[in-house]
Amino acid sequence: MFFSFMEELRTAGISASLKEHLALLAALEADVIGQSPEEFYYLARATLVKDEALLDRFDQVFGKVFKGIFTEYGQNPVDVPADWLKAIAEKYLSPEEMAKIEKMGSWDELMETLKKRLEEQEKRHQGGNKWVGTGGTSPYGNSGYNPEGVRIGGESKHKRAVKVWDKREFQNLDNTKELGTRNIKIAMRRLRRFARDGAVEELDIDGTINGTARQGWLDIKMRPERRNAIKLLLMLDVGGSMDPFIKLCEELFSAATSEFKNLEFFYFHNCPYEGVWKDNKRRFSERTQMWDLLHKFPHDYKVVMVGDASMSPYEITHPGGSVEHFNEESGAVWMNRITSTYPATVWLNPVPEKQWGYSQSTKIIKELMNDRMYPLTLEGLDDAMRELSRKHGH
Amino acid sequence: MRFQGTDNYVATDDLKVAVNAATTLRRPLLVKGEPGTGKTVLAYEIAKALGTPLIEWNIKSTTKAHQGLYEYDAVARLRDSQLGEARVHDIKNYIKKGKLWEAFTAPQLPVLLIDEIDKADIEFPNDLLQELDRMEFFVYETQETIKAVERPIVIITSNNEKELPDAFLRRCFFHYIKFPDRTTMQAIIDVHFPGIQKMLVSKAMDIFYEVRDVPGLKKKPSTSELLDWLKLLLHEDMPLDVLQSRDPTKAIPPLHGALLKNEQDIMLFERLAFMARRPNN
Repeated sequence: MFFSFMEELRTAGISASLKEHLALLAALEADVIGQSPEEFYYLARATLVKDEALLDRFDQVFGKVFKGIFTEYGQNPVDVPADWLKAIAEKYLSPEEMAKIEKMGSWDELMETLKKRLEEQEKRHQGGNKWVGTGGTSPYGNSGYNPEGVRIGGESKHKRAVKVWDKREFQNLDNTKELGTRNIKIAMRRLRRFARDGAVEELDIDGTINGTARQGWLDIKMRPERRNAIKLLLMLDVGGSMDPFIKLCEELFSAATSEFKNLEFFYFHNCPYEGVWKDNKRRFSERTQMWDLLHKFPHDYKVVMVGDASMSPYEITHPGGSVEHFNEESGAVWMNRITSTYPATVWLNPVPEKQWGYSQSTKIIKELMNDRMYPLTLEGLDDAMRELSRKHGH
Repeated sequence: MRFQGTDNYVATDDLKVAVNAATTLRRPLLVKGEPGTGKTVLAYEIAKALGTPLIEWNIKSTTKAHQGLYEYDAVARLRDSQLGEARVHDIKNYIKKGKLWEAFTAPQLPVLLIDEIDKADIEFPNDLLQELDRMEFFVYETQETIKAVERPIVIITSNNEKELPDAFLRRCFFHYIKFPDRTTMQAIIDVHFPGIQKMLVSKAMDIFYEVRDVPGLKKKPSTSELLDWLKLLLHEDMPLDVLQSRDPTKAIPPLHGALLKNEQDIMLFERLAFMARRPNN
C-alpha cells in the first residue's frame, strides 16, 4: 500500500522508513480513523513526519500523490479485464522492455501474476478491511477511471521491478548527507575538553577509599560529572558568494549544534563589521553589536568563522568598504579585534584551497588570521579543531 | 476509547487523530509546539478523558535515562552493611523504582507523560529506545525482566531545544501543536471563560495578535498567556473602552505583565511607543 506515496516522500527528502510505513498500515487496520480523507491525511502526517519543518513539504507531496483520488473514493470496485491490464502495461513499458520481458519469461505469466495481485487486493477490499478503501489507493477505486492512479497500485510494482536493474538505483544508496554530518561530528569531537563542574552527583571511588582510609570510618566522597566544557562561537558568512556552499554550511552547523552545549552562532556578510545578526530574515532590524559580543563572551570561547573570504579587498581594508552599509571602521580592524579577544580563532573556507591564491581578499583574510585559515574539508576541519584545542596563552 | 477533547481542552481534528493513533497502537506520541500551547496539559486531559491515572516524569538537564527505569542505591546499602542491618541481605531493598517501572507495572493502564525530553542530555532518548519500543527492561541487580503488563500510553513533549535522534522519532507518532488561529482561540477562550463579554474578547484578541506580530520579541505570548491576561482583565474589571481606545502612544497594553515576560520585550514596546509619539512633537 502507498508505495508511490512513500517513494514520493523520500524523493522530497522526508525520510519515512519502513517502520513508519508499517505503523501507518497498522493504524489503518486498527480502525484508528473513520473513512474521511482528512482523517487519513492527519494520520499519515502524524505517522510519517517527525519534524515540523517538513510538514509543508509533506502537504505538497500528499497533494500531488492523492490528487484526484479522493473524489472517487468509495466507488465500487470493478472487474479488471485482461485486455485492460495489457493496455496499461503497454502504456507504461517501452517496446524494448516488452521485448526483454518476453525473453525472460512469457508475457502471459507476467500478466497472470499481475492479475493475481490485483485480485488479492480486491478480496481484501471485499473482506471489509477499511484500509484499502480509505486510502483511496486501491488499484480499482482509481485505476478504472484515472490512469494516473495506476502508478499507485500493484501495477507500479511490476513497472519498477522491470526497471530496477536498468536504473541500478542501489548504486547511489549511500546516504551522503548523514555520512557528512557524522564525519563532521567526529572531527569536532577533537574539541572536547572534559571538565567537572555543576552538581555533585557522582561517587568518587578513589576519593572515598582515600578518605575512608584516612578517617577510619566510611567517608563518602562525591564529585560533579565530567562534561564537555568547550565553548564555541560560530560566525557564518551568508548570502552572495556563499550561496553554493549553503548545504555544506548547514551540515557543519547541524553537526556543531548537536555536539556542543555551549554554542553561540552569528551571521555576517562577507566580512564581520560592527554588527552581526542571529536571524537572517531580520538581519537589518535585529543586530547584535560586535562590541557587545566581544564583551559578553569570555576569552576562553573558541571562535570558528566560516566564509569564502571572496570580496573586494576594499571591503576589508577601508572604512566604508562594506557593500551593505557604511562601516566607520574597516573590516580589518574588526577582524583584529576578534582575533585579539579570542586567541583560539580559526577561519574555515569552503572554497578549495587551490583557488585561494587567486583571490586578493582571501590572502588578506588569511594574513589577518595569522594563517589560521583551513579548507572546509574533513582534513581541514580536523586541522582546524587541532589548532583550536591547542593551549592558548593570552 | 476515543479521545475527543474534554470540557476544558479544545482538541483540533488532527490532534484527535494523532492521539487516537497513539492510544490505539500504544506507541509514544511526541508533541511539539511553542511553549504555552498546551503540550503538557494534553497529557492531563487524555488521562482525564480516558479515566486513567497519570504518571508524570519531568525531565531536567541532569535527568538520566536509567533514573526512569530504576536506581540502585549502593551507598545506602554500604552504610547499612556497616551498621549491620538485616535488610542489607536483600538487594531488592535498595532498588528504587523509576517512573517507567511504575507505568509498566501499574494495576490500571496509565498515561505516562515524559515532559520536556529535550531538556536532558543528547543521548537520553537513545537510551530509552528499547524500553519504549518493547516496553520492557532488564534489572541487572536482581536478574529480572520488567515487562509492561499492558503497554502504557506514552506522551512525550519537546520544546525543540535539542534535536531528537532519528531512531527515536521513528518509534513515535508526531504532532506539532500549531499556534491556534482566531476561531480555535475563540473556542479555547469560551471553554475557559464561559459567559465572557464577546466585545472584550475580540478586542483583547486584536491586541494579543498584534503583540505577537511585533518583530523581535524574545518570547511571544502564547495561549496560556492570553488566558492569564483575560483572567486578569476580568478580575480587574477592566472597562471595555480602555482596550478600545488604543492610541499608538500607549503601545503597552494594560496589565501587560501577563503577556510580556521579559524586560527586553517591555523595553521594546516602550521604544515603539516612543517612536510613535515622536512625529507628533
